[in-house]
Amino acid sequence: MCTLEKHGNLFILTLTGDDQHRLNPNLISSILSALSEVKVQSTRGSALITLAQGKFFSNGFDLDWAQSSGSKQGTEERLNYMVESLKPVVAALLNLPMPTISAVTGHAAAAGFVLALSHDYVIMRRDRGVLYMPEVDIDLTLPDFFAALFREKIGAASARRDLLLRGLKMKGDEAEKRGIVEAAYDNEAKVREASVRMGEDLAKRKWEGEVYAEIRKGLYPELCGILGLTTKVFAYPRL
Amino acid sequence: MCTLEKRDNLFILTLTGNDEHRLNPNLISSILSALSQAKVQSTHGSVLITLAQGKFFSNGFDLDWAQSAGSKQGAQERLLHMVESLKPVVAALLNLPMPTIVAVTGHVAAAGFGLAFSHDYVIMRRDRGIIYMPEMDIGLTIPNYFLALFREKIGAASARRDLLLRGLKMKGDEAEKRGIVEAAYDSEGEVREASVRMAEDLAKRKWEGEAYAEIRKGLFPELCGMLGLATKAFASPRL
Repeated sequence: MCTLEKHGNLFILTLTGDDQHRLNPNLISSILSALSEVKVQSTRGSALITLAQGKFFSNGFDLDWAQSSGSKQGTEERLNYMVESLKPVVAALLNLPMPTISAVTGHAAAAGFVLALSHDYVIMRRDRGVLYMPEVDIDLTLPDFFAALFREKIGAASARRDLLLRGLKMKGDEAEKRGIVEAAYDNEAKVREASVRMGEDLAKRKWEGEVYAEIRKGLYPELCGILGLTTKVFAYPRL
Repeated sequence: MCTLEKRDNLFILTLTGNDEHRLNPNLISSILSALSQAKVQSTHGSVLITLAQGKFFSNGFDLDWAQSAGSKQGAQERLLHMVESLKPVVAALLNLPMPTIVAVTGHVAAAGFGLAFSHDYVIMRRDRGIIYMPEMDIGLTIPNYFLALFREKIGAASARRDLLLRGLKMKGDEAEKRGIVEAAYDSEGEVREASVRMAEDLAKRKWEGEAYAEIRKGLFPELCGMLGLATKAFASPRL
């Protein structure tokens, strides 16, 4: 499922096991608990790194579980249920009072790519792993909050079109060049090291977590509106 | 405070003195008067250049004045008062019936960057001066109209995140490369010359000022909405 560890200032959330880390109700619930725990234990200068074991970061919602309902209607209901359940996870990441980094060491597709992109900084491998939104290839439309996330996090309209409308499978070098990720590294170990270095650099700024979360939400107003998140004003500077 | 000169087609607005040009109620009011004056005297082919003397373009709102209120609540009220007072200045720049250029010859931070960025074209030095949004570092959230300004003027989501959420101090070369400014020049003298050259080129187009302002506002609908600015249609071409 997922584990949470604390190394100094860094919270490390790991999607465990060698499977596809499909976002089914169990894993979603597990991630949500971990994020609540992180929030409770956060202090000035905390940072979150999300990682995964194995060949996949996450391959999206658990479509097998959806289809095992036995009927078309049942499948749609289960899929919609998972879509709705992911909203609090994205909201928790937007509200998290610390910088967040996703270290994408394997394939990230559909809701799995959304989970990664819901972090402040995304880094990935260049030797393996693709970013992929398969919905156009499997006849699914995108939930409203997915589309808002892409609109507000990816500036280039052509990149959004290529990922969402063209089903482009984007490898690390292209993702870095086109500004989808911060950087691509030669192998899994280098991604992990880079995520820790980046986490520590950001932690050193000792940002006040509540203000950090409010400024972050201010960058993504459409997404926050869809998720029902409000923002607060802080008008007393620490000089 | 600030002065306004007219040289042929060019209006030159200068933030005078060797201080930080902190945007307190006096300076804000002075700038607003100068912009009203420029609007009244504008003709076909007018252009505005905004400059500053000394090491700073502007270091933002006058936080000293805010804190001299003597209480936390008083300080917050004064800061929020300055935030509100700058809105008419941004609105006046959006409504100005001529192209606007800002020649950033020193440090520009917080509301100072908001002011600079409200111009159509921004040029700066590469040898000195940085663009910096200190709010994250001093625990302040960012006014909503600044967020709209950045969202609508900076296409790359990563650049917005780096400036606002990461408190990046951006020098001229990086600002030019990442598309935040038009160009960066080797010295103060070169920035000033470039601003005049750019203004003369724009003035030659002899644009009809009212139509210019309406098209400009059409580029920034979210910001205009927040500032309560309406737009007009001009449907009779000058052929």
